[in-house]
Amino acid sequence: MAKKKFVVGAFSDEAVLFPAVKKIRTAGYKIQDVYTPFPVHGLDHALGMRETSLHTAGFIYGITGTTTALSCMSWIFTRDWPLNIGGKPHFALPAWVPITFELTVLFAAVGMVLTFCYLCQLAPFVKKHHFHVRATDDLFIMAIECTDKTNTDELQAFLSSTGATEVNVQEAEPGWWYGRYDKEQQLIVEPTAVA
Amino acid sequence: MHLKYESQLREPLVTGNKDYHQVTEDICRPIEAKPTKLWYVGFFIAVALLMFGVYSVYREVVYGIGEWNLNKTIGWGWDITNFVWWVGIGHAGTLISAILLLFRQGWRTGVNRAAEAMTIFAVMCAGQFPIFHMGRVWMAFFVLPYPNTRGPLWVNFNSPLLWDVFAISTYFTVSLLFWYSGLLPDFATVRDRAKTKLRKLLYGVAAFGWTGSTKHWQRHESLSLVLAGLSTPLVLSVHTIVSFDFATSVIPGWHTTIFPPYFVAGAVFSGFAMVQSLMLILRKVFTIEDYITVGHIEAMNKVIVLTGSIVGVAYLTELFMGWYSQNKYEGYTFWYSRAYLFSPYGWSYWGMMACNVLSPQIFWFRKMRRNLFVTFFMSIIVNIGMWFERFVIIVTSLYRDYLPSSWSVYYSPSTWEIGFYLGTFGLFFTCFFLFAKYFPVIAIAEIKYVLKTSGDNYKQTVEKEEKMEVEEFVHEYAHAH
Repeated sequence: MAKKKFVVGAFSDEAVLFPAVKKIRTAGYKIQDVYTPFPVHGLDHALGMRETSLHTAGFIYGITGTTTALSCMSWIFTRDWPLNIGGKPHFALPAWVPITFELTVLFAAVGMVLTFCYLCQLAPFVKKHHFHVRATDDLFIMAIECTDKTNTDELQAFLSSTGATEVNVQEAEPGWWYGRYDKEQQLIVEPTAVA
Repeated sequence: MHLKYESQLREPLVTGNKDYHQVTEDICRPIEAKPTKLWYVGFFIAVALLMFGVYSVYREVVYGIGEWNLNKTIGWGWDITNFVWWVGIGHAGTLISAILLLFRQGWRTGVNRAAEAMTIFAVMCAGQFPIFHMGRVWMAFFVLPYPNTRGPLWVNFNSPLLWDVFAISTYFTVSLLFWYSGLLPDFATVRDRAKTKLRKLLYGVAAFGWTGSTKHWQRHESLSLVLAGLSTPLVLSVHTIVSFDFATSVIPGWHTTIFPPYFVAGAVFSGFAMVQSLMLILRKVFTIEDYITVGHIEAMNKVIVLTGSIVGVAYLTELFMGWYSQNKYEGYTFWYSRAYLFSPYGWSYWGMMACNVLSPQIFWFRKMRRNLFVTFFMSIIVNIGMWFERFVIIVTSLYRDYLPSSWSVYYSPSTWEIGFYLGTFGLFFTCFFLFAKYFPVIAIAEIKYVLKTSGDNYKQTVEKEEKMEVEEFVHEYAHAH
């Protein structure tokens, strides 16, 4: 895949980050992503992201679990092998409530987690490009994608003016690939980041 | 700019003037340092207990459940007592992580990770008891509903014992997913700090390639919230279903409608006691007192006194119903087998009353809630008391059934039955020691998230600003008039 050029800025506080995001977006730059060490509420809206529909998927998985449980149990106990258990009715709906509930929860939870991993492309042995090693520690890292027209020097200066403490230019593949973290894969020319 | 406002009256959840980087440092320190001698000693003891348990189970598998002193009248003894006890222990973890997340209780962040780990290990221990109680453990797969070669033979979906199979396995799976999805960002933090190749590889695999992208966080938040929403009724359903094992039967002492809520309250009660025991040790050993503060301990003690009192009310209700129903078998079970001190098992009932109902009342006093020694002592007492409760329910209902000819003289467990119980302690603590050494015991990302609203340094800043604003207003007001 083609490598892309990014201008990367590091912010040390979310209080600086928010106005910076606003300024950068109004200036017309396209923010690829912001990497934060913890969930910063409202940042997704500030970046103009749409709401996730993961919870809708969860609902659908849950309904699937409910219907699987109910249809399975009714078929087994009324059609496949109607067993007389203490003279109780074959179609013993109240007695099936617990298992139906459990399967609803199970399907919803497992389905959602798998969907989450699929959407975010997370799996064991997946290695992604890291713009800054402290993005999982204490820095808020903003990556802005450069186009042919982008003047990187100007953009770097602009980022610094909005409060970024470190600014540099990096090249990275925007996708994902398999990789191991013990292997030093110098996929990009890493500028010397001052930690 | 303060993104969220929190009242100054609330105690800070993180003390010691931390910033984001220090949080990472503090929580990663035990993972990156070599284990202490004490850790090795504890781990060795845990593994030794586990080995004893494995041998006890081996004897049971080879010679049959006669190895446990169960008899014709008392078909359930320590095994089911321990099963219900361990499942109950697990409940606090889910309660802290799920219900308190929905209620937006900030104090959960300090303790949720370790409590969830406790849940998973406790459920692992619990599951062993019914499985080995089957006797022919190699037939355990018979409980699974699958199209099989034994003719159209299906499991009984109307049986509470099968509900248990579904409840426990769902509970385990969902807890594991919830726990692990929360761990991903923290594993990424540890991975990015790793110095050696092996650590980079292992934590890299564990972190699934997490980067901290905003879109990922957005989905992660949505995932945690829905999983919390699913786990909240789940945690209530699991112990309700466990109580159905008893409540749907016709045995006096078991056949009561109060069981589901009473079991759930008891489970939360014993679970919080276990969290207390573990947290008090953990915060001391890893010097993380800044994250698990006395405020956290106090909050959990409040839950203990509440649930302990609910359980107390349930005991008294049972006694009342034993009399009010005018059913002579129920009256006999409740008033003779249990509440009469000099009946064969009267000691267990009064042990339960003393440990579960009377002693936790000490937590009405703020000084006691905030006293670490009292808390630790009480947490052990409560766990013993809750074990007594399950023992009382099971054994005192069984040992004198409808036929006096089958009344057994006395049931006491065999070495191997006790060995099995000790073995699950071994399993639990082996897992917990490994967890404490190799996993971030506190949710790093979540602590950072509440730091700016609930950390003491930020609270002080806000307090100053507030004071200035008030003074300005007073000044302006004085000028205007």
